[in-house]
Parts: sequence; C-alpha cells; structure tokens
Amino acid sequence: MRKVMTGNYASAYGAKAARAEVIAAYPITPQTSIVEKLAEFVSTGELRAKFVPVESEHSAMAACVSASILGARTYTATSSHGLALMHEVLMWASGARLPVVMTNVSRAMAPPWSVWVDHMDSVAERDTGWMQFFCESNQEVLDTIVMAYKVCESRGIMLPAMIIEDAFILSHTSEPVDVPDQDSVDSFLPGYDPEVKLEVGKPMGFGSLVRPDQYMEFRYKSMLAMREARNRILSVDKEFKQAFGRSYGGLLDEYMCDDAEVALVAAGSVAGTARTVVDRLRAKGMRVGLARIRAFRPFPFEEFRSLAGRVEGMAVLDRSYTHGAAGAFFTEILGALYDVPKRPAMKNYIAGLGGRDITPNVIETIFDDMFVRCKRGSDLQPEWMDVVGLPRRRS
Amino acid sequence: MSRSYEDIPLTPISDTPSTVNMTGLWRVFMPIVDLDKCKKCTLCWKFCPDAAIELVDGKPKIDLGYCKGCGICANECPAECITMVKEEGE
Amino acid sequence: MHSLIEVRFHGRGGQGVVVASEVLANAAFKMGFEVASFPFFGVERRGAPVTAFARIDTSPIRIRSSIYEPDYVVVLDSSLLKGVDVLEGLKRSGTVFINYPDGKCLPTLPGDFTYFTLDATSIAAAHGIGSKVAPIVNTAMMGGFSRICDEVSLEAMVESILEKAPVKKEENAAAAREAYERTREVST
Repeated sequence: MRKVMTGNYASAYGAKAARAEVIAAYPITPQTSIVEKLAEFVSTGELRAKFVPVESEHSAMAACVSASILGARTYTATSSHGLALMHEVLMWASGARLPVVMTNVSRAMAPPWSVWVDHMDSVAERDTGWMQFFCESNQEVLDTIVMAYKVCESRGIMLPAMIIEDAFILSHTSEPVDVPDQDSVDSFLPGYDPEVKLEVGKPMGFGSLVRPDQYMEFRYKSMLAMREARNRILSVDKEFKQAFGRSYGGLLDEYMCDDAEVALVAAGSVAGTARTVVDRLRAKGMRVGLARIRAFRPFPFEEFRSLAGRVEGMAVLDRSYTHGAAGAFFTEILGALYDVPKRPAMKNYIAGLGGRDITPNVIETIFDDMFVRCKRGSDLQPEWMDVVGLPRRRS
Repeated sequence: MSRSYEDIPLTPISDTPSTVNMTGLWRVFMPIVDLDKCKKCTLCWKFCPDAAIELVDGKPKIDLGYCKGCGICANECPAECITMVKEEGE
Repeated sequence: MHSLIEVRFHGRGGQGVVVASEVLANAAFKMGFEVASFPFFGVERRGAPVTAFARIDTSPIRIRSSIYEPDYVVVLDSSLLKGVDVLEGLKRSGTVFINYPDGKCLPTLPGDFTYFTLDATSIAAAHGIGSKVAPIVNTAMMGGFSRICDEVSLEAMVESILEKAPVKKEENAAAAREAYERTREVST
C-alpha cells in the first residue's frame, strides 16, 4: 500500500517487512524516529522482535553481533558519531561473517557540529568490510533493507550491509512510499537460517585467535565473499523487480548515459536533483547523464570501466572529503580506469558538506565546467563548490 | 598446521573450552603451602589470576594442572605460609 | 494547475509547523498528486522560528534541493513578521496566508501578492487544541489553506488531519472545518 512517510519510517517499515528478530539501537539525531517507530511496532505486537535498549552505539552493534551469532535476523540504525563509535564492532560483524543490516542516516562529522547531511561518516567506514548502499529515495531505503538481508544472508556471502539514508533530505522528508504486503516479502525473503550458530548447551567461541599462518586465509575468504556479493546484488535486484516491479540498477544506476558526452557521478539523494538537471539540459540539446553510485562496497569496478568507454567527461561529485587526498569516490574511480583503452576527462567536485544545499544551479555549473574539461583534459585538483570566499561560479 | 582457505570455516570457531590448555606446564616456580601457618584469610584464593586455588576447609589447595607459578599468592599471603620453590626437570 | 506547486511554512517550534507541511502533503497525496514535505531543522526548540516546505506535483518529485521561490507562504504566527522575511523569494503571483486576528488590519506588506488571513489562534483555543498560551494552530491553518489552494479539498485535508493528529483528532478536524469557513482574502 502506498502512503506518505519519512525516510526514517521507511527504514522502520523495511526492518518490519524483513521481520527483523532482534533490534538493538541507541537514538541520535536524525535517526531517532527509526528507533521510536520500531519500538512502537514491537510494543504493539505488529513486529515480533526483541527490542534491546542499549546505552551506546558500541553496545548496539555488540548486541546485534551476539544475536546474529545465535541465528537471529538483526537490525540497527545510527548516524554520524554513533557510527564512528561503532567502528570497532563493525569490523567484528564483518569479520565474524554476520549478516547484520543497519541504516546509517548519513550526517556530517563534528566539529564543527552539524546535524545535516554529508557522507563523511559512511565513507569513513568503507574499509570495515560492510556492504554500503547509498539511497536516493525513501522507497529505495525500504526496498534496499529487504534486498540487503537477501544478499547478506546468502550462503556464499554472509556479510553485513549498511543502508545509507541522507540526513533530513530523506530521513525527515515525507513522500509516497509503497509498503509491500507481508506475504510477498515473506516469499521473497525466507527466514534466516545460518549454517553454524551458537546454541544453548553447545558452547563455542566465535572469531577466536588465529596465528599469522592462518589469518590471511580468513581475510581472503571475506574478499571472495565481497566479490561474489557483486553478482548477488545484481541477481537480487532482478528478483526484486519480478516480485515488486521496482529495480535500482544494481551497483551503478545509470540515467541517460548511453549517448552522454558528460556523465555526473554522485551518490545519495542529490541524484534526484541531478536527474531534473539532466532532463533540463537534455531538453536544451546537451548530451549529459547521471551515474549514481548505489553500491560503494562492493565497488562498481566493471561498471565504471564500461561507462568510461562511452563518455568524454566524468564529473565526480563527492559529498565528503578525504583530507590529504581527494574525494573518496574520485580516487577510487581513477584507480579503476587506469588501464582502460579510452579514459574520459575527469574532475572531482566537492559539494554539499554539512547539509549545504546542492541546488540545480550547482549541478548545472559542474556540467558546464566538465564540458570545458572535455576539451582541455582532466583536472586532478578537486574543486570545492559554493564555498564563500572563493570566486563564485555560475552556469 | 595451517589449512587451505577452502578448508576453513567463515570465521574461526572453537568448540573446545580453553581448559584443555594445561597451563601448569608453563610453571618454573611452584607454590608450596605450609597449611599449619595458614590463617584462612583466603587472600590467595581471591588474588589467584588463574582461579587455580580451591579452598578446602578455608585453606588453599593449589591445582598444579593450571597454576602458572606467578607467585601472586605467595606475595599476598600475610602469614607468609606460601613459598615459591624452583622446579627441576625430571 | 501548474505542474509544480511549492509551499513554505513559517512558525515557531511547538506550533506544529512540520506537521502542517506533512498534513498538506498527505492531503494532496489523497487527491492523487505526488508530494514531498520536509522541514528545515535547526536545533529544535519551543518558540524558535521554524521553517518547513511542501511540494505538490502531477509527476513524481525527484528534486531534493530546498524551495527558494515558493508559490505559497503560510505563516502560523504573525509575530514572526517582525523578525523573519516571510516574503523572501515568493513568486510574483504568489499567495500569503497568515494567522492573524479577525478584524485587524495587516501591517504594511507589499501589494504585489495575494493575502488571506485567518484567526487560527482563537479557533485552536476554542477547540481546546494545545494550551491557552500555546494553542497549536496547524490544523486550523490547513483547513483554511484548503479554501485557498484549489488542488486540495477540505475533505482531503480533514482526512489527512484525522490520520496525522496524534490526539484530539475530532477537535482538530472541527477546527479545520471552521477555519475553512472563516478564511478571507484581505487587501493590504
């Protein structure tokens, strides 16, 4: 049934649709209403789950890890500093190969204090061994939670996933969302049934010490699983389309890229605004497209190499910054394109940090600049958009 | 012996308790208790980091299977009834 | 209608500004439109100026940036006129709807826009919504707004209010109905 709801409620409805069995979470702006809604679902009996109120995000993830070892489908949600506090236990979840699913309401890191969107918190956790899915709409948030469990719990994969929902722009925006009926979700997503789990009366130690002669083999297995997740994400996306009629383009969601001269690469909610700009510029005869990073982990390596062969210029918009280097999306895409036969002109644009609005005008300015780059060649120095004090660029 | 990545589980799982490790083999000095001097204060029992001391009638009985010979019991004992004696190979 | 209607709400923390934007979006959705409503969240405090927004369109809304040139401005508390430029960016053909006491002349406002007023404070108080010193005026204002905005009927608005009001659902619906009757266009 389609109803108007916030991104946070879409997250809660996603966890409910997936029949999460253990939910452990600690509230933080702007994630709080996810936890409140799930607590309500549990208290009214709409969702049969154990809700564990904890005293910190570190404990929230620790509780999810423990419950997951026991064979329960687990869910949590956090944001920014809460995610940073979880860092140690994120590694634990992935290393112990536990398919925990979490919403991270992506918010800027302090200081300066900010409760608004950027992707620094999520990008800073890219190396924890979690899959990372950036969402564009509230519908995608709900659907991706359901899909993520199916990917994560696959026998060959067994890895956790982070669903990234932009602070306020999705978390507190109300828009129509189709809540799939429970029977359809149940037949799409069977219950969680791990091969090995901890049982009462059968004590075991999980993630125990291994010596240097064996550690790399475990890491190698995780690498294989993440590599296999690429295929699984694509097949689950197809299955989801068959069951629910919606698809999100796998790892890299392309919009009008086939004949594009310039493609904008971006992730999260800004992709929506970018689509409207692409439409407007297309109407003026400009061949532009959007390539939306949906999965940052696993990285859409092959997809970017394919895109590179079709476009003259690639403008990469990062909503975070890796100081001392450049935007994380940008450096990774550069790496993926090192040996392709035809490399497009590349440039990195840093925009929208700490909730700064990325207006259609900012995106149009990027496209205009990139058309110039196509003639002059790549510029590897990231450009910070819309910074007060820098010369103002207008399209 | 290290195993192929294909032959190991997803994450290291141990189904044997750590009590199989007879840490008493690590010992160089062995605690000897003079039970006549013991005042039953139980400090040795409280401080033993390996829980290798059992109290029998309030007095310590040391489990040499796990006692690593750290000497904390001897150090803590106010009655000085525990002495650490060098073990010799047999 | 034009393809896209954009509305900006001004009020104070505690007056239900954000919920007003959600009530409107939900009502327009019931009328068959695509909708999006969103707050500009500062650090929320009772009494502090709060802004919220709504978009109503015939096709799916994909734009995620803020609203800078609204078609409508809804002011839940006229005391804001002193400190906040509620007309900022309002389209030339734009409409302003202000919670303002009956029978009082509006302060000097530019004549380029269309103005409607409603004494939502006394309606909310009469229906016992909120407290005497802090009546919650959002549902009355939305009842009034359904008179101004052709795309949203009073019935859809009332239905939306019944869904969204956490308490006193019938009182809120009654306030909206009364507000619909008492909303008037005024000249400056």
